[in-house]
Amino acid sequence: MEAALQFFEENLLLIYLLIFTVILGFELISKVPTVLHTPLMSGANAISGVVIIGAILLIRQAEADDYFSLILGSMAVVLGMINVVGGYAVTDRMLEMFKKKKTRS
Amino acid sequence: MTAVLNFAYLIGALFFVVGLRRLSSPDTARRGNMLAAVGMGLAIIATFFVPLARGHNNYLWIVGGIALGGIVGLIAARRIQMTSMPQMVSIFNGLGGACALVLAMVELNNYYSQSVTWTGGQLVIVLLALLIGGVSFTGSLLAFGKLEGLVNDRKITFNGHNILNMVLLIATLAASVYLYSQGVVGGMGLGIAVMILSLIYGFSFVAPIGGADMPVVISLLNSFTGLSAAAAGLIYDSQIMLVGGILVGASGTILTVLMCQAMNRSLLNVLVGNFGGGGGAAKAQDGDLVAKEVTITDAAIQLFYAQSVIFVPGYGLAVAQAQKICKELDDLLESNGVSVRYAIHPVAGRMPGHMNVLLAEADVPYPKLIDLDEANDALPSTDMVVVVGANDVVNPSALDDSSSPIYGMPVLNVWEAKNVIILKRSMRPGYAGIQNPLFFHERSRMLFGDAKASIQKLVNEVKSL
Repeated sequence: MEAALQFFEENLLLIYLLIFTVILGFELISKVPTVLHTPLMSGANAISGVVIIGAILLIRQAEADDYFSLILGSMAVVLGMINVVGGYAVTDRMLEMFKKKKTRS
Repeated sequence: MTAVLNFAYLIGALFFVVGLRRLSSPDTARRGNMLAAVGMGLAIIATFFVPLARGHNNYLWIVGGIALGGIVGLIAARRIQMTSMPQMVSIFNGLGGACALVLAMVELNNYYSQSVTWTGGQLVIVLLALLIGGVSFTGSLLAFGKLEGLVNDRKITFNGHNILNMVLLIATLAASVYLYSQGVVGGMGLGIAVMILSLIYGFSFVAPIGGADMPVVISLLNSFTGLSAAAAGLIYDSQIMLVGGILVGASGTILTVLMCQAMNRSLLNVLVGNFGGGGGAAKAQDGDLVAKEVTITDAAIQLFYAQSVIFVPGYGLAVAQAQKICKELDDLLESNGVSVRYAIHPVAGRMPGHMNVLLAEADVPYPKLIDLDEANDALPSTDMVVVVGANDVVNPSALDDSSSPIYGMPVLNVWEAKNVIILKRSMRPGYAGIQNPLFFHERSRMLFGDAKASIQKLVNEVKSL
């Protein structure tokens, strides 16, 4: 209990940010029409690739001969990057199709 | 310098929020997605320059990983068929989870080798990233296997699977608590044990869920990956990771809830699974009934002289690659003064909104796509309904047969229309394995054969009228 309280004290701003972001996220997404659910999901999926930032920091913080961290870290970078680039690219491909018709009809 | 970098992160996070906001309307969605991508780019670049207290930067390792991942991601995104979109999202999602898992493992290793010191709170966060990332990774891989048809739903689950899941969940959590209680003396073996348990649990947790429930699972796993990214953000004290991860977690959660509502089931009910396991036998008496067939010529004439036609597309339409030819029939009928619309059930297809994307690919304008409520209002005054490869979403058992596994799920009441034509390969039940009394309804007529070939024949026939 004491540890939890201490954690709360030390990360007060972070906890505020967390709560507000949760509410913001719900507000943002609940308005999305069914038509766009798939692009929304794949776009959001790309955003979850933000974990790559952690992977980059991890590699940068490693010593030059710490191959355990370096190899696993670059693996994480590769995984995260596939998620990011693939996610945005495939979302763009889908949304392009929605747009094309808009100008036609 | 630090101020500039922090500012870049702030802009990045802001772009995520505004990008998601714009994704909520078809007109602005594409720019929204690009904005979010730019935000991510900014954040990645800024991360190269953040001043660090320790380490050797090792830029080459990072650039190599980014180049490799970027190329693989781009090629995959270009090549993928729209039909296979759910698989692609699952696999990308799994990779995100795996990324968080790897980070957590490396950080745990640092912790045990005492190159960093943590408070209890930080250890909890690393554990969270490890657990959620692991579950999301193997869960998504299995979802991918199921969607791709590599894994048969029935073969990997058994009666009482939920008890196994419960045991696994408790074991995983117990191991995590033990790891936490041991603190820094615990050692990496404990970390590996927790990792393996979380990986097994992820697999086992998705195993009993299948059939029409796939959209729920995909949404839920998406939300998990977001949460694992947010937990990783707490490890690195990175606000943008936290914001990005939480936004994804929220969006995945909302879609999960929406999908559950569309099926009128609780999330728990979906997770407990065994969907369609017992339903096949319940309606066996329908075997005595005879479904009536319609000829291509009759079907074409009915369509041609109808005032209004509603297509009900299901995943079968996508499998037969019949979207384009369906659109051709639509154009042909429209040019003869028939009003044509498409009724999209929220769980049609294999992920939320999947059918809309497939029809968009075939150039069907999105105002012609109507949702469940709108369709059910319009159906009684509709002359013709053409069901193409859909099954469970037009099953009347959902309304009147309490023994049916889909009882209570809102469905498209197509039998209220004046005539129903069902395009189907055979009398075999659909993906969820449930018999459908609609096929034996007095207003229903079956048109057997491959959906694409059948619609092609209809097009030819209508042209010759």
